[in-house]
Amino acid sequence: MKILVCISKTPDTTAKIAFVEGNTKFDETGVQWIINPYDEWYSLVKAIELKEKDPSVIIHLVTVGGADTEPIIRKALALGGDEAIRINNVTNDSLTVAQEISSIAKEGAYDLIFTGKETIDYNSASIGSMLCALLDINFISAATKLDLNGNTISVTREIEGGEEISETNLPAIVSCQKGMAEQRIPNMRGIMAARTKPLKVLEATVTQATTNIKQFSLPPTKSGVKLVDPANMDELVRLLKEEAKVI
Amino acid sequence: MVLIYIDQDNQEIKKASLEAISYGSALAKQLGTSAEGLVLGTVHDDLTTLGKYGASKVHQINNASLNHFDARTNSNVIAEAAKKLGATVLIFAHNINGKAVAPAVSVKLNAGIVTGACQLPNTDTGFVVTKTVFSGKAFASIQIETPIKVISINQNSFGEVVGDGVAVIENLAIDVPTSTLKITSVNKIEGEIPLTEASLVVSGGRGLKGPENWGILLDLAKALGASTACSRPVSDSDWRPHHEHVGQTGIQIAPNLYIAIGISGAIQHLAGVNRSKTIVVINKDPEAPFFKAADYGVIGDAFDVVPALTASILKAKHGA
Repeated sequence: MKILVCISKTPDTTAKIAFVEGNTKFDETGVQWIINPYDEWYSLVKAIELKEKDPSVIIHLVTVGGADTEPIIRKALALGGDEAIRINNVTNDSLTVAQEISSIAKEGAYDLIFTGKETIDYNSASIGSMLCALLDINFISAATKLDLNGNTISVTREIEGGEEISETNLPAIVSCQKGMAEQRIPNMRGIMAARTKPLKVLEATVTQATTNIKQFSLPPTKSGVKLVDPANMDELVRLLKEEAKVI
Repeated sequence: MVLIYIDQDNQEIKKASLEAISYGSALAKQLGTSAEGLVLGTVHDDLTTLGKYGASKVHQINNASLNHFDARTNSNVIAEAAKKLGATVLIFAHNINGKAVAPAVSVKLNAGIVTGACQLPNTDTGFVVTKTVFSGKAFASIQIETPIKVISINQNSFGEVVGDGVAVIENLAIDVPTSTLKITSVNKIEGEIPLTEASLVVSGGRGLKGPENWGILLDLAKALGASTACSRPVSDSDWRPHHEHVGQTGIQIAPNLYIAIGISGAIQHLAGVNRSKTIVVINKDPEAPFFKAADYGVIGDAFDVVPALTASILKAKHGA
């Protein structure tokens, strides 16, 4: 059983969002980088749980990015995982990322591929679905639970207003979200072990992007809060009806 | 031609798809072409009514095996349909199923894709789509470089535009591959409006002190006909179910009205709700950061303010 876990580097959830170079580039000044929370808390930890149940499970991590992603991938290796692959391609184009991962996935003949539901920076939620098309294997998105029985997985996914449970044979791609597993903190043994785990660097093979970011912008700031007297809720109802026109 | 994927659940058309049709129709006008819908499977709705949202035609692949969603099968079928119909732009709702199929379809059509778009593309020079990034904290305008384009639009970002058109229904013959995904059960929470589709949302945080105090919030939601949500600490403490958690790592919503009760407004929470049209914050701490992001604020004790607000709403409703 081989699992491939896709890891992305994102700014910390509290990072200040600002742009430089004429609003064409994210301002990285002072930004703390983390493993995308969906990749770390849910997909990586779920893969580790499967390995804890069955030590013969092999976990590979893959990331697409420059050398500056290596501290993130080492942290992921400290949590668990046997080895990591970094594809040296710096891009914001989801298809480029998915194509790079798909060539690794084809070569590695993985049974399960985990991605996070989305990344918290570009929120594209695209990689799992693109891998589904590139690899032509089943894809279950927004998963909150996964049970492995031999060569079959039973996966619970979120749907609007409820949940749906489905079964498929492996290989399959699953995008993971809250519920799948619980966040863990790497221990000292894991951190030490991660230093010597293999981290293979491969050169980029995809060069043609299908999309290009032209410009970033920030939402207009609110004009300021209008305070309503807590003893006069009739006034709040009037404002919501007549001024905001939302009720 | 602009082709809009019409998502169904249990043979009923999803609300998010009506907005997608309105968006696709506006884009088709901008490009001087037609907006046409694509329905997979058999549905109970009268498809001619989709004309009201701007679809001149609705193509239906009348195969009941497509009533169960499977990302791999659906994306194959949608891509084949798009090729057959000669679609140049494909529109999806950025809902659960839209997110699962739109990127796969883009791969099959060699099309560039922008997911989570929040406004119509700028087509003056090129084709530039603006989307929310950093969980709603910023926008990115992205140029799609390919002849065929795929866009998924954020829910409640464009709205439904209702006119008086009538759509022509056409059967579309496409070979449907056999799905290898078996759906074993579906559990719906009865009578609840899915949070992502709700236009009014009442949400509670740690300021409510415990799950036993949720009654005042539920009463307010009932009076308004609103859905209920909560902050991350509340769902982490199991005061409320996980599916109510809104925020950066929970659900991102954009209702017309978001009422936050006893939520301080951490940046991660704001990221999930800051696309709401109107935000009301009720908090006894005047320093709560949420007030900076609010349209209306009430500084006061939730246990007094919320029941009073509920009473005022009921009074206004009954015209007393």
